[in-house]
Amino acid sequence: MKCGVLVGLLGLASLCALPLGVEAYWLRLGTTMLMYGVLAMSWNFIGGMAGYPSFASAAFFGLGAYAGAVAQKFGLSMFLAWGLAGASAALFAAALGFALLRLRGHYFAIASLVVAEVLREVVNSATNLTGGGMGLNLPVPQMASIADQARFFYYAMLGVAALTFGAVLITQRSRLGFGLRCIQQNESAADMLGVNTTLYKVNAFILSGVFVGIAGAVYASWVHYIEPPDVFDVLYSIKPIVMVLLGGAGTLYGPLIGAVLFLSLEELVWRNYISVHTGVLGLLIVLLVLFLPKGILAFRLRRA
Amino acid sequence: MTTLLQLSGASRHFGGLKAVSRVDLSVDRGEVIGLIGPNGAGKTTLVNVITGVHPATAGTVRFAGEDVTRQSPWQAARRGIARTFQIVQPFPEMTVLENVTAGALFAGGMAYGEHARAAALEHLRFVGLADVAGKRAAALTIAMRKRLELAKGLAMNPKLLLLDEVNAGLNSTEIDQALALIRAIAARGVTILIIEHLMKVVLNLCSRIVVLHHGKLIASGDPQSIVRDPRVVQAYLGRRYADAHH
Repeated sequence: MKCGVLVGLLGLASLCALPLGVEAYWLRLGTTMLMYGVLAMSWNFIGGMAGYPSFASAAFFGLGAYAGAVAQKFGLSMFLAWGLAGASAALFAAALGFALLRLRGHYFAIASLVVAEVLREVVNSATNLTGGGMGLNLPVPQMASIADQARFFYYAMLGVAALTFGAVLITQRSRLGFGLRCIQQNESAADMLGVNTTLYKVNAFILSGVFVGIAGAVYASWVHYIEPPDVFDVLYSIKPIVMVLLGGAGTLYGPLIGAVLFLSLEELVWRNYISVHTGVLGLLIVLLVLFLPKGILAFRLRRA
Repeated sequence: MTTLLQLSGASRHFGGLKAVSRVDLSVDRGEVIGLIGPNGAGKTTLVNVITGVHPATAGTVRFAGEDVTRQSPWQAARRGIARTFQIVQPFPEMTVLENVTAGALFAGGMAYGEHARAAALEHLRFVGLADVAGKRAAALTIAMRKRLELAKGLAMNPKLLLLDEVNAGLNSTEIDQALALIRAIAARGVTILIIEHLMKVVLNLCSRIVVLHHGKLIASGDPQSIVRDPRVVQAYLGRRYADAHH
């Protein structure tokens, strides 16, 4: 336990120190890694803890990105817009959760997969508000240099990741986390034992949406320009699942380890096999899931 | 004595099938009541009607003076209706202690933390599972899992405990142990409704027996009059059993 805290603090310290001495490439990679970490940790709430395979991450991400962008278009300050993005994602998750979480297993997965597609079409056709297919430009924050800007967004993403990690930590040590584990193990038994399963699942879904929404808004500000196919990309739903499965579902550090591992693989493969990189990446994922179905953390536990 | 559970004309239909049909039943506080009947008579469905898994399609269910006909299972649990399953339903990858703690937390209304865990351990001691508290529930034997169900039920701090064939699959030594345990639970003042195929168990435990056949309540009374009731003999016990006991 104490060892875990120490490792955590060391990790946080090195994450904070990273921007001090690296080139822009590594800083961009670091920001992406933190964003992936947010997505993976968020998916872990609904997919890992509650055992509901959600494909809604892309919907929350895109919704957050557009909520933040549109809010800034109407003159809201950047930080307020990020907060608003989180709130919209949470509200959306609550409404969606009450409708979708009555479905179980594959049915829920399919239904959640469709949500991002629907939102993409809605954003595409609401041209007045979102610019439709032409995309939306975001105000560039006034800073001394490009490097300062990169550093700023790195720390912003680090903040969102820390917030998400804190939420995971609190949830795992609370009644909510315990109830979610019961649901994941045997939902009808949990119900008979007094767990208000619908409410618990909706809470997990909200937690899986809110930080992704904020991350989407931060991403939008970071890249200055968003368009529907970019932020509602189905890969934003699939990558976090792969990361969590890589690291270990339902665990505290699994999603983070998975995010780092996945990004490293993605970069390595992308740099070396540009023309066939998705194929190679897909093959690697299949192999890893086949031989390590419970993730890297389970491997460590099994040997211990 | 006051009434704890009151079914009035309770029915449950699945399409054209009348699984439970116009059942009137009232259970007093502190009673240990046996529910018997042939396979498919609707015994488990009746339990499902009481706990809200399959709410009554007609009639009412009242519990502690409150109309609970349309409650959800989790609401039933919080009101003090606990049940064990015919086929045990543990959380397989959680420890035995965690399984029981869940009962204390969500139905027993305890706060998350050491207190709930200590209470759970107390219940495990009571059913004789304290030694395996740290084991995974999936690793237990059938007899132990049945005890785990009982401990979970007790942790829910129930007013009414519904036991659905807790003795199925046990050998006779294990059944004797289970009997002693159920008697000890009844002695605590918990009202018990027990579904059971073994007449030895029912006659040993219950102050009253009700008989279900084709979804209808065909008899209700003290054990001695039930085993002599010609309708019960015809529907369930059979001539040979009745002759052997006279």
